[in-house]
Amino acid sequence: MSDSNKAPSALTAGIAQVGACGLFFFSILAAIPRSLVHFAQTVKQVWFVGAMSLIIIMTCGLFVGMVLALQLYYVLSIFGGTGALGTVVALSLFRELGPVVTALLFAGRAGTSITAEIGLMRATDQLSSMEMMAVDPLAYVVAPRFLAGLVAMPLLACVFNAMGIFGAHLVGVTWLGLDNGTFWSNMTSSVDVWKDVLNGVWKSVAFGAVITLIAAFQGYTTAPTSEGVAHATTRTVVQSSIVVLALDFVMTAFLM
Amino acid sequence: MAQQRSFQLGTGLFILLGFAALAYLATQTTSIANFRQGDSYTLQARFSNIGQLKLGAPVKMAGVRIGSVSAIDLDPVKLDATVMLAVSSRFDTLPDDSSAAIFTSGLLGDQYVAIQTGGSPEVFKDGDEFILTQSSMQLEDLIGNFLAGSGGSSSSKSGTSTPDAGATTDGPTPEPAATNPNQP
Repeated sequence: MSDSNKAPSALTAGIAQVGACGLFFFSILAAIPRSLVHFAQTVKQVWFVGAMSLIIIMTCGLFVGMVLALQLYYVLSIFGGTGALGTVVALSLFRELGPVVTALLFAGRAGTSITAEIGLMRATDQLSSMEMMAVDPLAYVVAPRFLAGLVAMPLLACVFNAMGIFGAHLVGVTWLGLDNGTFWSNMTSSVDVWKDVLNGVWKSVAFGAVITLIAAFQGYTTAPTSEGVAHATTRTVVQSSIVVLALDFVMTAFLM
Repeated sequence: MAQQRSFQLGTGLFILLGFAALAYLATQTTSIANFRQGDSYTLQARFSNIGQLKLGAPVKMAGVRIGSVSAIDLDPVKLDATVMLAVSSRFDTLPDDSSAAIFTSGLLGDQYVAIQTGGSPEVFKDGDEFILTQSSMQLEDLIGNFLAGSGGSSSSKSGTSTPDAGATTDGPTPEPAATNPNQP
């Protein structure tokens, strides 16, 4: 971060921040081939941001599916269309709620820890010592986390969707007594692999990239104090939530 | 080193679980689940109106799915819709005087082709055509018939308007005729 600018206005500071983040993105992309030397780091990060997030993702997916089924059952019963419950739950999960809710949870669970870890490395001069030992911190620290986010996010979203369908089935069929065959056959006849399931996968890949980029950028450019790390962590959650929801709108419009 | 192995194992399991979830979503909750039919034979049916029938719509008999719509086209000579039905070869004992009708599943559901069995000893073979078909019920037509039937006192007008759905229009028409003599 260029701290030499003398009191720039809030607008130019914001634009500069976006520009710095964009340049940081390209330097991560350039560092990815070099980071393959440290492939064990990437595996470790997939384990940390992905496998360790499984419990929260699965629990939330189950409850989101259950509440979706309950709410939509109530609404559809007004129109006498409860047979469409499976279709509506599946489409809203795959196309929208799965990727977005997973991304918001991912930003809170994994994004914050990436920011805090890299930020503390910055504050305790570990990044500078790496550079002194001729270890590129972008290739050793940042790029593995970026790749891990890219890999883990779509997988987590798929697990979330599957748990959501399971929860909806639990509420709709087991509890509310909807017909099992109607639930599945209406779902299978209306949901498309390419248009609906993969649509959600593309979204979640983009969200994973954006969240890890923002988290790593905030950590990498934090003020090297405990207060600075705290602010950077907060900014990660705020910015990635806003960017995820805005990007979701744009991607939905394009992927229609 | 043991720690290294344990998180590599955990990562592997996580990735496998994620792909298993994706495979589950792709195969069990989507239209791919309907394409698991093996060999099939094709029957042809002509309809004057297919409504919102789509490619891949189910073909059902007694409510059970036995195939899907494989092609929809318009006959340029007779100007009616020709629908190709791919029926699973397991069900090769359909009588050749069976009839095909286009129904809607539920209020918000998709349209499908329902086959009603006939009584003929002969069975359908590949490429055969349905002689008896019933077109899709158009909600607008039904409402129009109902309004024409209940509004006007003459029941002959509504009877000739749609010979296709004659069975349903005949129902409401005698009633206004029976109530009308009370009114003057």
